[in-house]
Amino acid sequence: MTARIGVVTFPGSLDDRDAQRAVRLAGAEPVALWHRDKDLHQVDAVVLPGGFSYGDYLRCGAISRFSPVMDTIIEQAKAGLPVLGICNGFQVLTESHLLPGAMLRNESLHFVCRDQKLRVENAATAWTTDYTVGQEISVPLKNGEGRFTADARTIDELEAEGRVAFRYLDVNPNGSINDIAGITNAAGNVVGLMPHPEHAVEPLVGTGRTDGLGFFTSILKQLVSS
Amino acid sequence: MTLDTVKHATETPDAEQPWAALGLKADEYARIREILGRRPTGAELAMYSVMWSEHCSYKSSKVHLKQFGDKKPETDALLVGIGENAGVVDVGQGYAVTFKIESHNHPSYVEPYQGAATGIGGIVRDILAMGARPVAVMDPLRFGAPDHPDTRRVLPGIVAGIGGYGNCLGLPNIGGEVVFDPCYQGNPLVNALCVGVMKHEDIHLAQAFGAGNKVILYGARTGGDGIGGASILASETFDATKPSKRPAVQVGDPFQEKLLIECTLEVFRERLVSGIQDFGAAGLSCATSELASAGSGGMRVELDDVPLRDNTLSPEEILMSESQERMCAIVEPANVDRFLEICEKWDVIATVIGEVTDGERLEIFWRGEQIVDVPPRTVAHDGPVLNRPFARPSWQDELQADAPTAERLKRPAGGDELRTAVLQLVGSPNQADKSWITSQYDRFVLGNTVLATPEDSGMIRVDEESNLGVAIATDGNGRFAKLDPYTGAQLALAEAYRNVAATGAKPLAVSDCLNFGSPEDPDVMWQFAEATRGLADACLTLGTPVTGGNVSLYNQTGAVAIHPTPVVAVLGVIDDVNRRTPMAFAEEGQLVYLLGDTADELGGSAWTQVAHDHLGGLPPRLDLERERLLAEILISGSRDGMIDAAHDLSDGGLIQALTESCLRGGKGARLVVPEGLDPFVFLFSESAGRAIVSVPRSEELRFTEMCGVRGLPATRIGVVDGDSIEIQGQFTLPLAELHEAHTGVIEALIG
Repeated sequence: MTARIGVVTFPGSLDDRDAQRAVRLAGAEPVALWHRDKDLHQVDAVVLPGGFSYGDYLRCGAISRFSPVMDTIIEQAKAGLPVLGICNGFQVLTESHLLPGAMLRNESLHFVCRDQKLRVENAATAWTTDYTVGQEISVPLKNGEGRFTADARTIDELEAEGRVAFRYLDVNPNGSINDIAGITNAAGNVVGLMPHPEHAVEPLVGTGRTDGLGFFTSILKQLVSS
Repeated sequence: MTLDTVKHATETPDAEQPWAALGLKADEYARIREILGRRPTGAELAMYSVMWSEHCSYKSSKVHLKQFGDKKPETDALLVGIGENAGVVDVGQGYAVTFKIESHNHPSYVEPYQGAATGIGGIVRDILAMGARPVAVMDPLRFGAPDHPDTRRVLPGIVAGIGGYGNCLGLPNIGGEVVFDPCYQGNPLVNALCVGVMKHEDIHLAQAFGAGNKVILYGARTGGDGIGGASILASETFDATKPSKRPAVQVGDPFQEKLLIECTLEVFRERLVSGIQDFGAAGLSCATSELASAGSGGMRVELDDVPLRDNTLSPEEILMSESQERMCAIVEPANVDRFLEICEKWDVIATVIGEVTDGERLEIFWRGEQIVDVPPRTVAHDGPVLNRPFARPSWQDELQADAPTAERLKRPAGGDELRTAVLQLVGSPNQADKSWITSQYDRFVLGNTVLATPEDSGMIRVDEESNLGVAIATDGNGRFAKLDPYTGAQLALAEAYRNVAATGAKPLAVSDCLNFGSPEDPDVMWQFAEATRGLADACLTLGTPVTGGNVSLYNQTGAVAIHPTPVVAVLGVIDDVNRRTPMAFAEEGQLVYLLGDTADELGGSAWTQVAHDHLGGLPPRLDLERERLLAEILISGSRDGMIDAAHDLSDGGLIQALTESCLRGGKGARLVVPEGLDPFVFLFSESAGRAIVSVPRSEELRFTEMCGVRGLPATRIGVVDGDSIEIQGQFTLPLAELHEAHTGVIEALIG
């Protein structure tokens, strides 16, 4: 039996089918979850995909956070359900307070799409065990509001507790504090990042690399062995 | 104010009507009266005026566009041809691909962000209306001088608009063009292409059959934005004395469009739709009259049921509004409930506004009274047809006589001068790296992007199991077309055709966006006539039918028209995207071959523009049979693994292509000037029908034998090696120096 990984579709989600493909390529079973449905259909983990849910109106992720499905996800994430938020999904996670901080408009004031180099800083989360600390990976990044920010105390905490999961290398594409690309909660089950690992899972498309597949194989291994 | 009902119109035949203000000519107004046997009501007048505008009726261009049908090549690939929302091409394995290119030039100058954004929105709905899932967009753009202050207003707004809409819609932007020329200063060109994929059985058409079937309007509410937008704006020359046209520009909401896409695909999947039309130019007037006209004939619409954003809108305004993100579906009564349920699921407003009748009239009611009673065909299809006068411009001979010979324009001689000229060329705004612009577009979303800009063509995987894919390139060269519109249009086709083949795909079909000045100027009309004739002839020879597209006239401010700018999109198919050919020279030791013949052809070239600000002479000669042969060799080379990289030669010539391939792969090249060729001509000539390829040594014999047998000149000009471009006996340019010159240019000017 393989793991069932849910991918939520909000109105305006764009990379939901891509996240499903990545789950499938990693060997798990993707399950489509609908924003209006509180039921998680017995999935073992959840991916909140990229996109512009609710058109990014009000603030990125601010409306999605109140979707019926998020009520259940917030509750279960607190109880240990693995959740990965990619780009807009990361924004939903901060709006839901499952992760600290917030995202500002990119320093350049432009949307930026690029092949982004990252350093893995924490290989102990539910989504990163197939990486090693210090490993350098390249995955696509594409966002207009990806500049992670938080108050000084929160940043100190994240750094001190090793909860910065990924850092931008070579170029900081959006001006985020301490080059932070992604973070985890203290328990390590909830991870959010701005770059898109689901677009780096096949040699043929995207940037032609598979550096992002590790997110999905990490969670699969953990779910199957537990 | 009295409501101008049909009854009222009949009773008051002599009432003054604002037909001239709505853009109609006296004879056109007279014809409407003749068709109806009375004066039109205000609502009818509104409908005829938008539908008979240049933009919607193609009245000036129709007589010339006919050639695309008359000279259509024999092909089995075309499933749906010109006349529908977009053409549909069979790409095998049961898949059909639909694609189309359109202009949104005038609105984008008036209001760059929204103008460009809604250009994307409109073309995406055209593709969706055919039954396809939109899978990618592309946008060929043309701006005025890069250092002109207004370019700093227009360019960032347009780029942000394309990105803002396309990114939010979740469609990868896989290519296009960015061209600067002072002739576009007051008339930037924003062309947008969308491509969609479906199975053959999913093709939908814009027709309303079956009396009793319901007409459902779904999507955004109707507002007062863009009243007469595309139809009025794009049917007239800009003039400083006229009032601001900003209110005529539509405002886009990509989030609403994303919902519309998913909702529409779901109602298609459940087979709930018997006819469908998107709302583009001329809004409700266009959708209802076209659906009825292409169907069994009659339709009755209750205008009161149209959901409004602004309750004070008059019926005329509702009929003319070009509010975005709306569609119209014809649904059998038994399917209506399920249709509405799916719309509700996606938070899309859907309303039954009328039904198909067994009559022959389009009848529209407002507050219980009839305000429209017309034969729909007279609105949608029987618009005026003009045979506008055209004549070869008096200045054409002089322009062509001003050839860029070595005597007239000083050419660089010797290594040092050539080296300087190369840096100047690759660092000029038109030839420089465009990633400051393209990095503002998402090229990864949907996860099927195999190739994207700056590759020769964009390539999308269609089937994840079989790896079937399609490639698309768009090209145009207004400078060539100005020198000779017939050949210029053909060169645009040839370049796009070559670009598709360079990536390993077989060219199948064409969509074109014809951007010209005012049709009221016989010079411009001659350019248009020549360009369409050239394009139709070349499509016939290359076997690639024109499947649709769009004409944009009046790209002119005062008396100054843009260069004639036919932009041509070519769609190709590749059986296995694993076999694609990228442009990067990435493997040291591979051999560089130049395919095709190089002659002293500099007329209209990038070098003459960059070095001398010169435009004169004739564009490069074109041999279409040679283009076809070159394409066959590039496709065979890709399929059989004989070439690892390929790049077409076009503007900037060989040195531009070589620079791009080397920088992309991070590898240098050592080249020898072929015997008998002048080094300057070798590097800068823009002779057509050429490409450079990199060939693994193990494949050299097989490749050269294939070229020899087929009769394609293939000259070994060097080897991929080191970290410089070295032209032996002439100069050496380190990649770092080329990179420095080639990148950051646009950012420095605009950013």
